[in-house]
Amino acid sequence: MNYPPAIIAEAAVNGLLTGSVYALVALGLTLVYGVLHIINFAHGVLLTCAMFAVWGLVTFTGISPYAAILPLAAVFFGLGYLLQRYLIGPASHGDDGNILLITLGLSIAIENALLAAFHGDTRNIPGDFGFEVAPVGPMMISQPKMIAFAASLIVALLLWLLLARTDTGRAIRAVAKEKLGAGLMGVSVGHIFGITFGLGCACLAVAACLLIPSFYVNPRVGNAFVLVAFTIVVLGGMGSVPGALCGGLFIGMVESLGGLFLGDSLGQLGIFVIFILVLLFRPAGLFGARA
Amino acid sequence: MKGRDDLRLLLVLLAVLAVVPAVASNLVINFLVTALIVALAAQGWNILGGIGGQISFGHAAFFGTGAYVTELLQLRLGWNAWATAPIGILAGALVGWAIGAMVFRARLRGSYFALVTLAFAEVMRILANALDFTGGASGLLLKLQPGAEAFQFTSRAVFAWIAIALVALVLLGTRHITRSRFGAQLVAVRENEDAARALGVDIVATKLRAITLSAAITAAAGVFYAQYFLYIDSQIGYGTWISVEALLASIIGGVGTVAGPVIGALALHGLGELTKGLAGQITGIDLVTFGLLLVAAIAFAPSGIVGAWRRYRGSRHRA
Repeated sequence: MNYPPAIIAEAAVNGLLTGSVYALVALGLTLVYGVLHIINFAHGVLLTCAMFAVWGLVTFTGISPYAAILPLAAVFFGLGYLLQRYLIGPASHGDDGNILLITLGLSIAIENALLAAFHGDTRNIPGDFGFEVAPVGPMMISQPKMIAFAASLIVALLLWLLLARTDTGRAIRAVAKEKLGAGLMGVSVGHIFGITFGLGCACLAVAACLLIPSFYVNPRVGNAFVLVAFTIVVLGGMGSVPGALCGGLFIGMVESLGGLFLGDSLGQLGIFVIFILVLLFRPAGLFGARA
Repeated sequence: MKGRDDLRLLLVLLAVLAVVPAVASNLVINFLVTALIVALAAQGWNILGGIGGQISFGHAAFFGTGAYVTELLQLRLGWNAWATAPIGILAGALVGWAIGAMVFRARLRGSYFALVTLAFAEVMRILANALDFTGGASGLLLKLQPGAEAFQFTSRAVFAWIAIALVALVLLGTRHITRSRFGAQLVAVRENEDAARALGVDIVATKLRAITLSAAITAAAGVFYAQYFLYIDSQIGYGTWISVEALLASIIGGVGTVAGPVIGALALHGLGELTKGLAGQITGIDLVTFGLLLVAAIAFAPSGIVGAWRRYRGSRHRA
């Protein structure tokens, strides 16, 4: 298979841009893992919910998906907080294995509730948002994807500032390192868990707003992202913010180039193979400290 | 031992179930066989996930292998179905052993183990869907050739009886395991790996035996599925539905107990039909119930139906 370099370059850049949104989804996941030490299996279905929410807002009120970013992030922050504090936390009796199963149960229930409500149809937002392209050198690059790339980097930066520079961020880091000690110092661990989970969900809300102009939504759309996000998180090292960012960009490129050379269905295979190999040979990830 | 009472009760239940196919309509038998296929897959899951504590999200890898191998040998090489069935089960066991050998040597456990098993199942699903050899997206259809010599029966009741016999057989086998040295080692690994190692239990070998056995039983469910429905595609064989139902049936019924997976599978499918009956034929409505049930089971009844039954019996004995 001989492709001209311009096509390969375009696929690589496209992959990089898509990868930035993957990184955003993975950022939420890695944050929750880093602090709560749990794998949130409902992450994908929560992304689906967020995408349906943006789709509904844009279709019925006619606002731009980018205007929905802030309000939706706030709503999802609240939702995530309540979900963790009043459902996942109490129901799991403090056992990590239980949390995995509870989030699995939630994801099955929510996905199928969406399926019952919206059927399996694939929907797009009205208008021709997704088709605007801009020339970059010899390549034609989709505008929504460039906006998504910039916005994802901004969110990652904000998240890093929040963790590094604010009191809440300090409390989150304290709980991540030493839950019991932080509790004794007067940090409310349940509250911080809720905030962290809320931040993870807010990342999803932003990702949904950035995805919807160039993507579609159906009740299963989140599944496509969830294993990709898991792969990114293990690749970047569980709990590592820069790891999630680099991992996301890398996986986006692998998927795009793999799709170009092997076809779409086998291109997906590459992601799972990377996931398995990293877990088998380097479970701490490429950026994580050796456990 | 209370375990013995539970088992006696379940064997009685199976005997009652065995009468059903003789008198019931095809619709009821169909429900029963489907529930029993899930029960068998769940019994396999329970060996590794329940008794051994290694929660798998990817038992579809074994179910699908059993189903695909038995259909491929019949379609591509013209083998007799009875000869392909044990090969299908062996192939499933081999896949289980191979995955276990990689994953357990790398010391993956807990959430990591769950995710990596899911990834293996997804890899196999994508391959089965993409390769021409496995029929690609259109799947594999077995030729209809009714007759006992082809493992196909015009009467669905016969299938139901075979399924009941298989479930009963695994039930006895599981009870034997829980009372054996191997079962004790497996429980020790589940409860505390470091302590088990200190007592001289070979962790990797014990887990490997468990996953191989577990995979073989779930593969048997896949073989039976292929013979009953005569059709398999990547979504049925390697899709997440069977991984989830095997896990769910075990947890709802009573994780790690001998009878749990069977009771769970029957309860789950009964409830699924009930929800569909009450809410009408809305796609996915039964799965909404399943998901909520999983959350509720973890929150309120971590030891499932069997655990609740034992507690009820215990409180009556004391009274």
